[in-house]
Amino acid sequence: MRIFLFLFVIMGVSLHAKTIEVCSDCDINTIKEAISVSENGDTILVNTGIYRESNIKISKEIHLIGKNSPVVDGENKETIFIVNANNFSISGFTIKNVGKSYVKDYAALLVSKSKYFTITNNKFENVFFGVLIEKSHFGIIRNNHITGIAKDEANSGNGLHMWHSSNMRVELNYVSGLRDGIYLEFVKKSSISNNTSENNIRYGLHFMFSNDDEYHHNEFINNGAGVAVMFSKYIEMHHNTFQYNWGMASYGLLLKEIYDAQIENNYFVQNTIGINVENCSRVNYVNNSFIRNGWAVKFSGGCYKNIFELNNFMNNSFDLSYNSQLNDNRFEGNYWSEYTGYDLDDNGIGDVPYRPVKLFSYVVNQTPEALVLLRSLFVDIINFSEKVSPVFTPNNLMDTKPVMIRVNDRN
Amino acid sequence: MYKILKYSIFDLLRSRWSYVYFLFYLLLGFVLLFLNNDLSKAVITLMNIILVLTPLIGSAFGVMYYYNSKEFTELLLAQPIRRNKIFFGQYTGISLSLTLSLVLGLGIPFVSYGLFRTSEIFDFTLLLIVGSFLNFIFVALSYNIALSTDNKIKGFGYAILMWLFLSVIYDGLFLISLLMFSDYPLDQFSLFATILNPIDLSRILILLKLDISALLGYTGAVFRKFFGTGLGMILSLTALSLWVVFPLLLMRRKFNRKDF
Repeated sequence: MRIFLFLFVIMGVSLHAKTIEVCSDCDINTIKEAISVSENGDTILVNTGIYRESNIKISKEIHLIGKNSPVVDGENKETIFIVNANNFSISGFTIKNVGKSYVKDYAALLVSKSKYFTITNNKFENVFFGVLIEKSHFGIIRNNHITGIAKDEANSGNGLHMWHSSNMRVELNYVSGLRDGIYLEFVKKSSISNNTSENNIRYGLHFMFSNDDEYHHNEFINNGAGVAVMFSKYIEMHHNTFQYNWGMASYGLLLKEIYDAQIENNYFVQNTIGINVENCSRVNYVNNSFIRNGWAVKFSGGCYKNIFELNNFMNNSFDLSYNSQLNDNRFEGNYWSEYTGYDLDDNGIGDVPYRPVKLFSYVVNQTPEALVLLRSLFVDIINFSEKVSPVFTPNNLMDTKPVMIRVNDRN
Repeated sequence: MYKILKYSIFDLLRSRWSYVYFLFYLLLGFVLLFLNNDLSKAVITLMNIILVLTPLIGSAFGVMYYYNSKEFTELLLAQPIRRNKIFFGQYTGISLSLTLSLVLGLGIPFVSYGLFRTSEIFDFTLLLIVGSFLNFIFVALSYNIALSTDNKIKGFGYAILMWLFLSVIYDGLFLISLLMFSDYPLDQFSLFATILNPIDLSRILILLKLDISALLGYTGAVFRKFFGTGLGMILSLTALSLWVVFPLLLMRRKFNRKDF
C-alpha cells in the first residue's frame, strides 16, 4: 500500500513538473514572474543575460538553473534571493551587488527554515553577506565562488554564514575578500571540506557553539587571523592547510574552549602563531606539521589532557609557549628540528628528552618587549643553560621520545 | 695617507690571516648553501654568524695589527708625515681588508648560487653593509684600546672584554632591566637601548627586513614604524656611522697626545 502511494506521488509530481524558460525576449522575462507562475517541482531555466532584480522570494519547491551563467544584479539595494522552501536548488548563476546595511544582514542568497536544498556552481560577486543560511537542515553548498570587497570588520559581512542549522555539506567553494570566509554558529553535524578561504579580513573559517562538525582538506591562506574555533565540542579538523596568516595578531588556528577535538594531518606554514590554545581540554594533535611559524603552539592557560603525538616542528622561532608552571599535557614522539640529542641504539627515537619550552619564550611571555632580543647571543646562552637545568619552565614538560626523522612529511 | 693605506693593505693582503678569514667565509657560504640551498634561510643563519663573528674578528685583528706593526709605525713617525695620515691610513687599511674578506668570501658563493635572480639580494646586501659597518666600528674601538695600553696581553684582554660586553653582557643587562621595569611602558626605552649598541642595532635592522617584526607585537609596531620606513633606515645607518665617527675622534685625540 505504501509503495503504491509512493509511486502515485512520484507520478503525480512528474506529470505536473514543467520547465519554465526565462530570457530577455521570452514571454516571461523576469525571474520573479517565472516564480509566481511556477508550481512545486518545476524547473526554471534562466538564459544568459542581465536580470536587475532583488528581493526575489521563493517559497515553492523549485529548481533554478542558470544557462550560460546569467547575471542577477541586485543593484546594491537589498537581499537578492530569499528562499523559504524545501527541496530547492539553485545553480549556474552569477549573483552580484548586494546592498550594504548596518542594521540588516543583506545577502545574495538567504535560505531560511528550509530542508534538502542544494546551492551549486554559482558565482557571488561584490556581496555583503554571500550565502546566509538560518534554521535550515540537510543542505549542500558546492562549488560556489564567493567574493566581496570588505574593507573593515564593522561594515562587512560573511561569505557563507550558517546559523542554527544542521547536517550541512560545504564543499569545493572559494571564498575571499569578506569578513569571515565561512561562519558557523549553532551548526551541528556538518562537514566543511575542500574549500579555499583566503584574504578575508577576520577569519577564514569561524566556528561558534557548533558541535559534532568536521572540516578537512581546506586551505586557509592569508586571512586576518586564520581560523577560529570557539566554544565547540567534538570537532574534527584534518588535512587542512593554514598558511601565511602573518601579522601582529594573527594565528593559523585559534582554539578557545574546545573539548574532545581531533586535530590531524594539518599543515601550519608561516603563521605568526600556528595554534593558539586557550582553555582547551582532551584535544589530540596528531601528525601535524608546523613549519616556519613564529610560535608553533602557544598555550594560554586552562589546558588539560591534550596530547601531541607524531607532529613535526620545523624551523619555528618558538616551538612552544607556555605560561604556567603546571603541565598536564602530553608530548610524545614528535619531530623537533631543534633537537640536538642523539640516538645511540639506532631505534629512531632520541635517547635524550627534548624540552620544547625555551627560557626565552617564558621570558617573552612575562615581558613581551623582551622579544627585541630575539636571536641575540645572550638569549642563546640563557636558553642553553635552561636546557641543561630547567628552573623556570615546567619540569615535566618534555618530549621523552623525540623521533629523529620527520614524520610522514608531505614534501 | 693613500700611501700608508696602500702599504697597510698590501701588508695585510700578504698576511696569512686575511686569507684564512677570507677562506673561512668562502667555505661557510658554500657549506650553508650546499646544506639547505635556500637563500633566505641561509641569510638568517648568516646573520647569526656575522653578528657574532665580525665584531670579534674586528677587535682581535685591530689590536693584533696595531701591536705587530708598532715598530714600523714608530719608524714612520720619525719621518715628516702627519700622525693623522699614518693612523687613519692604517685604520682604513685594516678595516678595508677585513671588509674585503667578508664581502668577497660571502659574495662569491651566493652569487654563484644565483643571488641576482632572487629577491633576497636586498636582504643580503643589507647584511653585507651591516657586516662592513661592524668591521669599521670594532676596528676603531680596538685601536682605541691598543693606543691606551702598551701591554699586549692587557690590550688583547680589554678588546675581548669589550666584545663580550657589547655582544652578551649588554643584552643581559638590557633583558634584566626589561624584566625589572616591566610595569612601565618600555618601547621607547628598548628603542633607545637598541640604538646604543651597534650589534643590537644591526640585529634589529636585519630582523625587521626578514619580516620577523610580526612576532614582535606592539613593540614590533613601534620598531617597525621607526626602522621600517626610509627615514628610520637612514637614521639607523646614521647611528651606525656615528658609531664609526666617535671612536675615530677619540682615536685621533689619543694618538695626537700619545708619547711614543
